[in-house]
Amino acid sequence: MAEKKLGAYICKGCGIGERLNTDQLANVATREGKMSFVKQHDFLCNSDGVAMIQADIDAGTVNHLVIAACSRRAKTDAFNFADVAISRANLREGIIWVRPATAEAQETTQEMAEDYIRMGCAEVKFINLPAASNEQSLVRHVLVVGGGFTGLTAALEIAKAGYQATIVEKSASLGGVAAQLHKRIPNCSPFAESQSNGIAELIAQVQGNNNITLHLNSTVTQTSGAPGRFEVKITQESGSTITANFGSIIQASGFKPYDATQLLEFAVGKSPDVVDQLGLEALARQANGGKIKRPSDGKAVQSVLFVQCAGQRSNKPGHLPYCSGHCCLTSVKQAMYFKDSDPNIDAMVVYTELRMPGAGGEDFYRSGQNKGITFTKGVVSEVIPNSGSLTVKFNDLILNEAVKQEFDLVVLATGMVPNSGVNIEEVVAAPEEDKTEAKTATAAPVETKLAAESILNLDYRQGPDIPQLVHGFTDSHFICFPYETRRTGIYAAGPVRRPMDMNQAAEDAAGAALKAIQALENAALGRAAHPRVGDLSFPQFRKEGCTQCKRCTVECPFGAINEDEKRYPLFNEARCRRCGTCMGACPVRVISFENYSVDTVGQAIKAVDMPDEFSEKPRILLLACENDAYPALDMAGMTRQEYSAFVRIIPVRCLGSVNTIWISDALNSGYDGIILMGCQKGDNYQCHFVKGSEIAHYRMSKIDDTLKQLKLETERVKTYEIAITDIQRVPQLINEMANTIAKIGMSPFKF
Amino acid sequence: MSQLNATKVEKYRNHFLREVEANVEEGHWVKMCMQCGVCSGSCPLGPYWEHPPQEIFMMIRAGKREEVLKSSSMWFCTSCYNCIARCPRELPITHIMHGLAHYAKRLGLAPQNQATPKFAQYFWDNLYNGGGRVNELKLGLSLYFMNGLVEGIKTALKMRKIGQGMYFSKRMNPFEIFGGHSCKDSQGLKAALNKAREIEEAKAAQFKG
Amino acid sequence: MVKQYSFYPGCSSQKLASSYNQLRSTQSICEVLGIQLNEIPDWNCCSASIGYAGGGELPRLTLSARNLALSEKEHPGQDFIATCAACWLSSREANDRLNENQQLKTEANEALKEANLTFKGEKKVRHMVEVLIEDIGYEEMAKHVKKPLKGLKIAGYVGCQTNRPFGIAGESFENPVYLDKMIATLGAEPVENYDKKVSCCGGALMFSEPEKSQALVKDIIQAAYDGGADMIVTPCPVCQMNTEVYQEHINQKYGTKFNLPSVYYSTLMSVAYGKTAKESALDGQIIKAKKLEEIAAK
Repeated sequence: MAEKKLGAYICKGCGIGERLNTDQLANVATREGKMSFVKQHDFLCNSDGVAMIQADIDAGTVNHLVIAACSRRAKTDAFNFADVAISRANLREGIIWVRPATAEAQETTQEMAEDYIRMGCAEVKFINLPAASNEQSLVRHVLVVGGGFTGLTAALEIAKAGYQATIVEKSASLGGVAAQLHKRIPNCSPFAESQSNGIAELIAQVQGNNNITLHLNSTVTQTSGAPGRFEVKITQESGSTITANFGSIIQASGFKPYDATQLLEFAVGKSPDVVDQLGLEALARQANGGKIKRPSDGKAVQSVLFVQCAGQRSNKPGHLPYCSGHCCLTSVKQAMYFKDSDPNIDAMVVYTELRMPGAGGEDFYRSGQNKGITFTKGVVSEVIPNSGSLTVKFNDLILNEAVKQEFDLVVLATGMVPNSGVNIEEVVAAPEEDKTEAKTATAAPVETKLAAESILNLDYRQGPDIPQLVHGFTDSHFICFPYETRRTGIYAAGPVRRPMDMNQAAEDAAGAALKAIQALENAALGRAAHPRVGDLSFPQFRKEGCTQCKRCTVECPFGAINEDEKRYPLFNEARCRRCGTCMGACPVRVISFENYSVDTVGQAIKAVDMPDEFSEKPRILLLACENDAYPALDMAGMTRQEYSAFVRIIPVRCLGSVNTIWISDALNSGYDGIILMGCQKGDNYQCHFVKGSEIAHYRMSKIDDTLKQLKLETERVKTYEIAITDIQRVPQLINEMANTIAKIGMSPFKF
Repeated sequence: MSQLNATKVEKYRNHFLREVEANVEEGHWVKMCMQCGVCSGSCPLGPYWEHPPQEIFMMIRAGKREEVLKSSSMWFCTSCYNCIARCPRELPITHIMHGLAHYAKRLGLAPQNQATPKFAQYFWDNLYNGGGRVNELKLGLSLYFMNGLVEGIKTALKMRKIGQGMYFSKRMNPFEIFGGHSCKDSQGLKAALNKAREIEEAKAAQFKG
Repeated sequence: MVKQYSFYPGCSSQKLASSYNQLRSTQSICEVLGIQLNEIPDWNCCSASIGYAGGGELPRLTLSARNLALSEKEHPGQDFIATCAACWLSSREANDRLNENQQLKTEANEALKEANLTFKGEKKVRHMVEVLIEDIGYEEMAKHVKKPLKGLKIAGYVGCQTNRPFGIAGESFENPVYLDKMIATLGAEPVENYDKKVSCCGGALMFSEPEKSQALVKDIIQAAYDGGADMIVTPCPVCQMNTEVYQEHINQKYGTKFNLPSVYYSTLMSVAYGKTAKESALDGQIIKAKKLEEIAAK
């Protein structure tokens, strides 16, 4: 970029002009911030103010600007200028809305504002404008792995949107488990009757669509590349292999039914009249609307019991700890098979909790009750086969009594086991020696440890499949961004990512299809996928400084960084989500982004005016994740919660991007306290970059050593998990730190 | 066991839910209960119910005929309609409880020593025999004496002050004992009520389970 | 212009019956507000909620159908109005259910034929309070206040059957506010957050289960005292009776010192409208509403 032309704009609207001495702020911007010019405006975000800025940009007088007004999250439409670098000083939500309008508070409030001006000016000087690398191309073709209901639906959605889809199906036929169903749970109002599974029609549509290519009896034997340029080997059972290019990938590898033979107490295997839900579907298909006959002797079933949560929602060894989500609805559907053929058949469902998910779930339950299905809250303890019937023992939990009852047939609602492929974390953890270098996986994965066959065979150094979260389900950011896995451009859909019924799988398929299309389009423009959609920046790497420590490759939550032949990190721009976790990881600080770097933050930290030790004006640095913590702080302002005037807040892309140099620099330059606010971590993570917050917490757990070296109290640095709803909590945490400093005293490092 | 009860038991062996659906007011709703228990928690006299409504519904489905119909529970309904207002499934619970109580009474299964079944019957008789309007004085007196003369006199003495209060506030007329208000067309009304009862019985008898 | 309604007084509003005072005060406010209540000739008992034991479903519906049929015949075009909660509930329930269920309607008419009547189902069944709120309005109700009930704090006890399962149009089951608004309209202060506003007083079970019911009433009165109330006001005859006449029994049993007047909204309105104590049926109080008497005497 050409020469940096610096200018600042200070807004006096929304009460800023009344509460702050803006002439003084302008002075600070010019003298200390070294801005070429500073303009004040009564109402900067109105058309006049925006036109004023645009005119300066057009005239070439400014290309790096500081806008000192409201939060960077506010008025983004107004302050949206192309091809310039912008830093925002948050005078409104960050200052006047969190400070009392009193005479005694005036001095510290004004100092706060002056610091934010200094910080903005410092930051903007180190921002460069990112540009696309022009290495990209547009590949309008999505690979769909799995030809079951989810995969077929996804492929059709992709084709309907005008893109190409290729389905790779391991078995000889399409339709998966759904094709084995006699009928399916209804997907439209009035949600009263089960309906045709629709698979034959779906397959016909897929086969008749010119935009869809089918590979049966085939598996994916290698996946390499990145979004926009995946190169995939598809191998047939016969061994013949083709290679094709795809823009993005959907993994719809589905589930296996739980192995019910483990359930000895329910006489599975001892009596053919005890079946699982898929077993009942087979019986229903045989009956085809007529009377369902029991397997043992072909007698028409007169009484049937459905046992919910068989071998699931249980912590017993070998059982599934989770709810499979569809089984209650499925049992209602299956009990209807009986009631519809003859209302006098006794159909009873024994449950501990009924769950009827989806828009029509409750209606379908009601319809089942209306047809005379008996629902009993209870726990089945044993099924005893005897001549001519099954004796079932259960505890009625409402009437609190033990019941023994005879049935012709027992149906077990067993759960779903995901087809996630290889659990790469188990594989790579096995040969681990150095615990601090967690999951480096320098050794090749031990083949014998593979519990499952790989689905994608990714040629990524992090392992052949997508990381899993819990219970073997493929991780797909369950709380904020469904379908988004930890491998950019690869989307999980259907029961492989969490248990679900066909209605949910259809939604999943459509959602993942749209995500896959977005991913390949964004990749073609060199832009990030979510959550920093459209960001053109990507990690820049100064090779000569690199010590090959591999922290960046290990810590990248998205497997974006491979290694080149000389074992230097190899950044795959299109796989990168721009969280900056690699930048935070790098001990020698050779990784940065054009618009976000060790300097943009580090210089802002240093720009803060540091009053001396005896001033009774401590300084607290708050590094806040821009995804949850910073909005929570803004909302604290909107709701006029007061917090200490000694805090200086800097938003970061993710807590994972926080380099410990910022912490030690801040401590060395006299900050009295430091607060880090990231998102929730762990299995129930809310971190937008999945692992960033967790990694940051881990790094900060070691900061005590640094503090001890400096002979500083450990209470001076605190790391928190913050939800966007913690609007009352964030000001409290700031004030707590201020109180702590009041107690333990000022930092001695003021220069 | 009354004759009527014997017929019903024979007819609906093991199918109490269907018996309830055919014979009890709004009984077809029983199968729609989802066992949340909001009704039981909303009942002002809930603690006195041997089996709160939620349990009654489950017992009907479990075929516990005698236990339900002989229960004192339904007779603790104050008709406050809280259960109806709060039931997420919109079951007319109050009506079902009244219906069960009425059905139990007709079958001769209602508890013998509970006051409410007696009082409720007095009330109906009072209006049915009294020409279509309730005579509060006679109703009150029959209530006092429902447990025999001695108890009745005790109760009446206990209630004496209230009676005096009601009298002096012009809200009780001692001369009602000799007749009091009634409809002019009490014969027509009686005939209509008899007919209604007849239709209802015929309908129940028709039901084939 | 005088507004005409087909009026169903019900058994307890008969001359010298337990809520005769409600009828008297209602008549006195109707005079002020230009409301004419035309009594349905030869009406019969609705069987209330307790009638279920003796009467089955159809006999009970037939009872109310007869009143509705009489109203349709004698007062065409006039809404069917009741002041008693149970009367209103039974009539409205019968009207709704017969109109919704053609078979029930046919059966009820078969029974009514014995009395040479036909139920057509063309009436709107309304509570007197609905007439006041919807046809008159709070503003108009306020206009006639001659003696604002200044300084009175009143617990608006809505109770059950005026509130559930139908309720006054537009009000919630858990916290209806019309009674509080009426109290404020008359210049008095409603007890805020009156805890027992929609709690049950035991209803008819006061007769058969007196101890259990009196325990409920005790809480209702206690909560009114706790809210600083000078008196309770209610729209329902059973509520009024139960909260008023058993206070001495409750005092004996629980050692309380209750002596809290319980009046109808019509009593309050009548006094505020400048009617005499007698016109307002204040002589109908067993626990005298002395503060209202004072205002009426001014």
